[in-house]
Amino acid sequence: MHLIIGLLLLVITTVVVGEPRGGELYSAHCSACHGDTGGGGVGVPLSLPSFLDSVDDKFLRMTIRHGRPGRVMPAFSQLSDAQIDAIVRFIRSWSKEPAPEFSDEPIRGDAQHGKQLFASECADCHGEKGEGGRGTGVTFSRKRDLPITPPALNNPGFLAAASDEMIRHTLKTGRLGTPMDSFLADGLSEQDIDDLVSYVRSWEKQLPVTEKRAVTVAETTISVESPYTLKETIENLKDAIVSQNFILIREDTLEHGLVREGEEDPSEVILHFCNFKFLYEALAVDPRVGMFLPCQVTVTEVAGKVTVATINPLYLSRLFNNAELSEYCEKMHEVYALILEDATL
Amino acid sequence: MKHLPGVILFTLLLLPRPGIAEDMIMTRSVLAFPEAMLALQESIAAHGYTVSRVQRIDIGLTGMGYKTDKYRIVFAGKIDEIRELTDKAPQLTPYLPPKISIFAEGDQTILVTINPKRYAEIAGDAIAPVFFDRWESDLRSIFYDVNTAR
Repeated sequence: MHLIIGLLLLVITTVVVGEPRGGELYSAHCSACHGDTGGGGVGVPLSLPSFLDSVDDKFLRMTIRHGRPGRVMPAFSQLSDAQIDAIVRFIRSWSKEPAPEFSDEPIRGDAQHGKQLFASECADCHGEKGEGGRGTGVTFSRKRDLPITPPALNNPGFLAAASDEMIRHTLKTGRLGTPMDSFLADGLSEQDIDDLVSYVRSWEKQLPVTEKRAVTVAETTISVESPYTLKETIENLKDAIVSQNFILIREDTLEHGLVREGEEDPSEVILHFCNFKFLYEALAVDPRVGMFLPCQVTVTEVAGKVTVATINPLYLSRLFNNAELSEYCEKMHEVYALILEDATL
Repeated sequence: MKHLPGVILFTLLLLPRPGIAEDMIMTRSVLAFPEAMLALQESIAAHGYTVSRVQRIDIGLTGMGYKTDKYRIVFAGKIDEIRELTDKAPQLTPYLPPKISIFAEGDQTILVTINPKRYAEIAGDAIAPVFFDRWESDLRSIFYDVNTAR
């Protein structure tokens, strides 16, 4: 018995103090979005040879550390430098080529000319202001034959991670296997490319600092006291839901399925509803929106007081790091507030 | 011998855990959707939770004429815990029962859920943080099961 405990402690010690294992860290932190073998999905395909040949280790390290604010990729601030290095080594193991090295020296070009070139050469994919393509890249958001969602070049996380020389290299060589062509092959000059780099760099601003603070109940839920009985409130809610162009899916007790039928607490009722067009669009923006689904209002009665409450989509939206989704959350917040107001007036 | 379960548990907690993002827990299964769904439901039950409902989002979308892949929401919980939460922290009620999203991505499957630490944030002082730590530990263990199921 002591031998077993000793062996287990040995395993624990190895895990705690040993060399961070990149493959396991990758599996734990990255594979859900980027795929087990880096083939991409919600995230970009990291194992694409033309990607690995055009980004240096600093780019990968900084990207993991700071993420892409507002673009789904989170900042892994909880990882140590050694753990991030181990992940980078693991990602790098997919390529037989040595990691490229790029200078941090700024490139001096004509940003005004770069702006004109960007509008004609880049904006179709990367957006007018470098905001990148829409969606996250899974089944709902784009065709599977597109290997990558055009990155947001104006993103502070990207600009902190990418050196001018790295951007120039990508512009010159393109990325085989993606829609990104070589601009040299497309007829741009070396000077044109430097001008483009200068324009992209002009978007650089400080990385946002994540604010950690306590949240209030008002931030996490939308809640209203109803002047009506439980039954009346439920009927009012059904009308209000339909009037907001949502379809009522069902009415359940909160305890439905958790206890035997007939033993549920009848004073806690959930109304599930949906607007499928809105849902379809939201799924295209972020496949993780299941956290919001289906839309629901909970009605409770405690000591004769009836309360109607929903999640606050604005609170949940900040967990997603997806600026596009935040727009949908604002709309949903309005809808919830209107439904609650209509039902309890 | 009485320490063995604790040691094993501690060891398991130190093993690679799927999808440690601060706000969400995510993992990928190499299994196709039906098999991954089965693995999820089995692991939920093995951890002592009850699946109260499976919401078939994809069926609703398809029924309305939208093209989509498999997408389900699995609601699960323990009745005693749910009752404790609604009693002591009613502000959490709209977030209950807890749910896991499971959806197909090509021939693989992705699972995602809110990190229960966020529920602790909503509950405030009404519920001891250890309650949600245990939830998080269970969820990570469930996701680990699905991640490693073959």
